[in-house]
Amino acid sequence: MNQRRSIFLLSALVFGFAFLYVPILSMIVFSFNESKLVTVWGGFSVKWYRALLSNERMLEAAWLSIRIAAVTATIAVVLGTMAAFALSRFGRFRLRALFAGMVTAPLVMPEVITGLSLLLLFVAFAPLPLFPDARGFSTITIAHTTLTMAYVTVVVQSRLSMLDESLEEAALDLGARPAKVFLVITLPLIAPALISGWLLAFTLSLDDLVIASFTAGPTTNTLPMMIFSTVRRGLTPEINALATIMVGIVTVFVVTAGVLMARQERKRELEMRAAWQAAAAAGPRQ
Amino acid sequence: MSAHPDERDAPWLDPKAQPYVRIENVTKKFGEFVAVNDVSLNIYRGEIFCLLGGSGSGKTTLLRMLAGFEQPTSGRIFIDGVPMEGVPPYERPVNMMFQSYALFPHMTVEQNVAFGLKQEGLPRAEIEERVAEMLSIVKLNGLEKRKPHQLSGGQRQRVALARSLVKRPKLLLLDEPLGALDKKLREHTQFELVNIQERLGVTFIVVTHDQEEAMTLATRIGLMDQGRIVQVGTPYEIYEFPNSRFVAEFIGNVNMFEGRLVEDEPDHVTIDSHDLGGTLYVGHGVSAAPDALVWAAIRPEKMVLSREEPPGQHNKASGIITEIAYMGDISIYIVELDSGKRVRVTQPNTHRHADDRFSWDERVWVSWSDSAAVVVTE
Repeated sequence: MNQRRSIFLLSALVFGFAFLYVPILSMIVFSFNESKLVTVWGGFSVKWYRALLSNERMLEAAWLSIRIAAVTATIAVVLGTMAAFALSRFGRFRLRALFAGMVTAPLVMPEVITGLSLLLLFVAFAPLPLFPDARGFSTITIAHTTLTMAYVTVVVQSRLSMLDESLEEAALDLGARPAKVFLVITLPLIAPALISGWLLAFTLSLDDLVIASFTAGPTTNTLPMMIFSTVRRGLTPEINALATIMVGIVTVFVVTAGVLMARQERKRELEMRAAWQAAAAAGPRQ
Repeated sequence: MSAHPDERDAPWLDPKAQPYVRIENVTKKFGEFVAVNDVSLNIYRGEIFCLLGGSGSGKTTLLRMLAGFEQPTSGRIFIDGVPMEGVPPYERPVNMMFQSYALFPHMTVEQNVAFGLKQEGLPRAEIEERVAEMLSIVKLNGLEKRKPHQLSGGQRQRVALARSLVKRPKLLLLDEPLGALDKKLREHTQFELVNIQERLGVTFIVVTHDQEEAMTLATRIGLMDQGRIVQVGTPYEIYEFPNSRFVAEFIGNVNMFEGRLVEDEPDHVTIDSHDLGGTLYVGHGVSAAPDALVWAAIRPEKMVLSREEPPGQHNKASGIITEIAYMGDISIYIVELDSGKRVRVTQPNTHRHADDRFSWDERVWVSWSDSAAVVVTE
């Protein structure tokens, strides 16, 4: 490794990270700005946070978004797991490729198209029974489920394909019925994928603007829609405060999960090494 | 261990004995591929029956059909007289030990072993008692609270064994039970497996690709090739009386001489072999047309090396030693005969001194007795 290359690597690193994080950092800094002008520093203050907490409409929108995201993520995990199961466990059924393609199509479909087609569907089918009459919470949730289920399917399917199928067979062999096998063997083993699928779906739903705008009724406002419409009337430090809170929550979440997982992995590795060493020391009798 | 048929009971020789497992003309196709081809087998109570074969021979598919994970395309399977058609794995009186062991990674050793008993809805006290008993049989006391990843390979193997035996199945299916263990541990575990089998009186059906494993474990071996059973017999029968070139060559080492029958008497035959550059005299009759193409199979340990030409006019050839492998207990010699054929001869090293051993490039005679060769016609 020569000097030139390491300077090149170092600058690439710095520029890369600057590109990613300078906007976020400046946003965080300016959320504590005393001044009402977004680009001029007027001293430290938390007044915009206080203003945010007393902004009823903003809080209402945030609460709606969280509810939609939670319901969406839950339904998406159930449906996505079922689809992933069908794809990875039924072997080669007819039209499998078509089914697999159709399940994951929303991943690459432009959101505008998805949003528009869902809007047309909701409008056309509103008079039918079981379809929501007015657009709002339920239509956005259905639309988000359509989108996020595809992501969950991909995550769960990759986990299922890594799972040793003989584990399920062993449980069957020991007398457990298929439903029980699923509950006590398969589900606990794919739980990490279900959790990350749920979190992924939650995040996607929480920050979706396009599809929500299409499928929301005239009086419904999700948080991203609220932010977008506020910003169009001019950027306020209040929005900076809101975004900072969101970044903070996500950071705490990701870091905690990462640390916990790394610790568990390290513990597991140590235990495995200990078991093999003990066996080697005891010789073949062990 | 159980080499001779007369050392143990041999229910397969008793025409009145009821087979515990009856496999009738079972065929399994995956699309166009025929994995198991018209297999019929009777397996008796208390046997250790080894299905032996290379990869793709259909042995694992046959085992999975017994466990209920695959359904035969045609043919029927009876276990204890009951037809297994449409009976799901969780209702069969059979347990299986998987090649990967398939231990549940999120459960402790104790929970793994107790799993099968819990499905039966037994009272907690009885489950605990039986789990403890089984863990002491496989010598895993003290490891109850460990998770599978905290165990060594040999320990995992024993958890898998305990888990599959704790339900007291009448029939245990074992898929390459020793495949993942190293050589020393494997030998030790082999004997342990036989002990446990005898103690609990379970019938074992073992799938293996390792002929040595099959020879030591089995009461009988069913040798499979391309979905068919090519020969069934005790290890002794399979080794000493192979019914085809494939069987002779699959089990152990063998020298194969191609030739034509020249004399075909009820009590002996002679074979003119170009491989040998001479004639073979075999002290048993052969059911083949005169002048038919046959093969004489001779095991390396049944051949004798000598410096002087042995008496008689058959069953000998001269050649030059091209390779020697000293194994301690025996030595392996590769001799290139004058016909160009290379034969493998093993000789026990009965003396410690090396003075009179054969050496490289030495001219020697290879000979064998009238009863050494087996004649096969296919």
